[in-house]
Amino acid sequence: MNQNTTNKLKILAGAAKYDVSCASSGSNRPNQGKGLGNASPWGICHSFTEDGRCISLMKLMLTNYCIYDCAYCINRKSNDIPRTTFTVDEVVNLTIEFYRRNYIEGLFLSSGIIKNPDYTMERMVRIAKELRQKHNYNGYIHLKAIPGANDLLHHKAGLFADRLSVNIEIATEPNLKALAPDKNFKSILNPMNTIKNRILENKEERRKFKHSPRFTPAGQSTQLIIGATPDSDKHILTLAGNLYNSNKLKRVYYSGFIPVNDYDKRLPVLKEPPLKRENRLYQADWLFRFYHFNIDEIVNDQHPDLDLEIDPKLSYALRNPWLFPVDINKASYETILRVPGIGVLSAKKIILGRRYGKLTIASLKKIGVVLKRAQYFITCNELKQPTVNELQPETVRQIMLSHNRPKVQNNRIIHKQLSLF
Amino acid sequence: MNIFIYDHTFEGLLTAIHDAMEMKINPDKIVSTKSFQDDLFAIKYNISAEYDKFEEIWKKVKDKTNEQSCQRIFKAYLSENAGIENVIYNYIKLIIETPHNIETDFSNDTVIKLNNLQKKVGREVHRMLMFTRFQKTIDDIYYASFDPKYNVIPLTISHFKNRFADQKWVIFDTRRKYGYYYDLENVREVTIGNQKVNLETGKADKDILHVSEKLFQKLWKSYYDSINIKERKNLKVHMQFLPKRFWKFLPEKDITNKMIAN
Ligand code: SF4
Repeated sequence: MNQNTTNKLKILAGAAKYDVSCASSGSNRPNQGKGLGNASPWGICHSFTEDGRCISLMKLMLTNYCIYDCAYCINRKSNDIPRTTFTVDEVVNLTIEFYRRNYIEGLFLSSGIIKNPDYTMERMVRIAKELRQKHNYNGYIHLKAIPGANDLLHHKAGLFADRLSVNIEIATEPNLKALAPDKNFKSILNPMNTIKNRILENKEERRKFKHSPRFTPAGQSTQLIIGATPDSDKHILTLAGNLYNSNKLKRVYYSGFIPVNDYDKRLPVLKEPPLKRENRLYQADWLFRFYHFNIDEIVNDQHPDLDLEIDPKLSYALRNPWLFPVDINKASYETILRVPGIGVLSAKKIILGRRYGKLTIASLKKIGVVLKRAQYFITCNELKQPTVNELQPETVRQIMLSHNRPKVQNNRIIHKQLSLF
Repeated sequence: MNIFIYDHTFEGLLTAIHDAMEMKINPDKIVSTKSFQDDLFAIKYNISAEYDKFEEIWKKVKDKTNEQSCQRIFKAYLSENAGIENVIYNYIKLIIETPHNIETDFSNDTVIKLNNLQKKVGREVHRMLMFTRFQKTIDDIYYASFDPKYNVIPLTISHFKNRFADQKWVIFDTRRKYGYYYDLENVREVTIGNQKVNLETGKADKDILHVSEKLFQKLWKSYYDSINIKERKNLKVHMQFLPKRFWKFLPEKDITNKMIAN
């Protein structure tokens, strides 16, 4: 650990920063045998960068050398940038020393492809193995699975890691081929399926033998870049929905495209990264995972892209005004969840609270319902205010836009941060 | 006016609540000996903790609700909020005397008040888990200062003990001037007698720091700066999630460290 390590750290953390996944949640690894660390099921942020993102894991690349030439990537082989490679020891030591000081929840290690996929993956697995076996480290480990590496290496990786991920990056195959000629869907989906099957087998094994070792207890995730290609939100969310349903992914991350290689004419010219769109996608993802929405209720052929001005839940409500108003004192949990201004927590509290007596506007306020939004979509005992049907959706939309404007920024952020945990 | 004065322990508070309920006296005020100001015309009851009475009340609450509910009451107590004692009295009385479980009755003001307070305390606990930073010392003890808004260190001990089971550590509350020391076996309450820690900045003296400590602080600062994406700069959110009052404990945000790194 010396000046040399500091320089490597700067380069290889800088190279890893575009991967947005930082979650350390979903694993529940106890500290075994009085060793170091544990993985808490809810994950903990330890700092926040000036861009407002949470730092939970130490994100590093093992190396930023790469034999591939993906157009959207800062580390592509045709870029003339300082390149370096960590030794296994350096990554292991940094992880342990940072962890002991409570700087991080664990390690997120990815890598450029050096020599060949197996060689790269093998070294990543070695780092995870040393952490677990030599240092009795039980903190969080997220490893990037390298497409094209041997299945056995992925099996091994999953025994040491809490989470594995393979980034798809581009939502449709022709566009992927255009920007990343070395990649195709098959090579990406292969490791994903290997990992999925291994997770299912492992569940079965652990049902029979309680003590068989766990395989990636926090499951797998992927990332999609937003705005580097003309793919619509419908393309993106449909793919995400399939990944959640069929591939059993734990998380899909959306990363607004940052033009790092602006000389490459295949890429669009953007004034700034599409952060608003990224945020709307997270909100839509959230609706799918926690609010019992189907993807085609959020985006479909009539509405292939999310409305950037209003959030997807409000947008859904305004497109389907005949489903409202909802009677707060009678409607089912699922129905209440669809009301703009009512979150999962408030919906649960409504169901609990109405057992004690009819809910009033005052009690909804106390529960935390955002009445400014919800009032057009609900009826409750005494409430006789005009609803979306009397006012017309367009009017409600304008009202929301007007009193929401200064706050949009805030909502956006909070939503986004929540979804990153 | 009835004033119950208890001995500044949680057990004492529950003993006072026990006595008030038993004697059927409504306490206008329950205060600890530390914050009691004499009132000539009040009827005063001096209470010190009696374990049996404490247990009895605690058990009644637990039977009616559950372990978590008890935790919530204790958390609310640690808020040290003025008047918290009476909120807890009202809450416990409500729990014990209402035939059904009122914990989730969010139309009741006492329930809401207690829940809001315990939530605030819970948030501060979580912030400690996030922003506590250890400095390694020459005798291999990992030292951390913190200045929590509420008296929350007791609620963080089990987390740090589980997580850092193989290293000795001290976590010190610079506001309340006490802390805990984990010696690889047990956790004990400690105070710090010598001048080796600056209570203002939370920093351990240079001459008791491990030789590698500054290097790792510097490495961490380099990491922190490198992982930032300039194109996404958003200082408003940054400040919202990382309030300034924590900065002095964070090597990545600390001005004095910035100078070292440059
Ligand atoms: S393979 Fe990965 S590191 Fe290499 S150029 Fe493509 S995206 Fe970048």
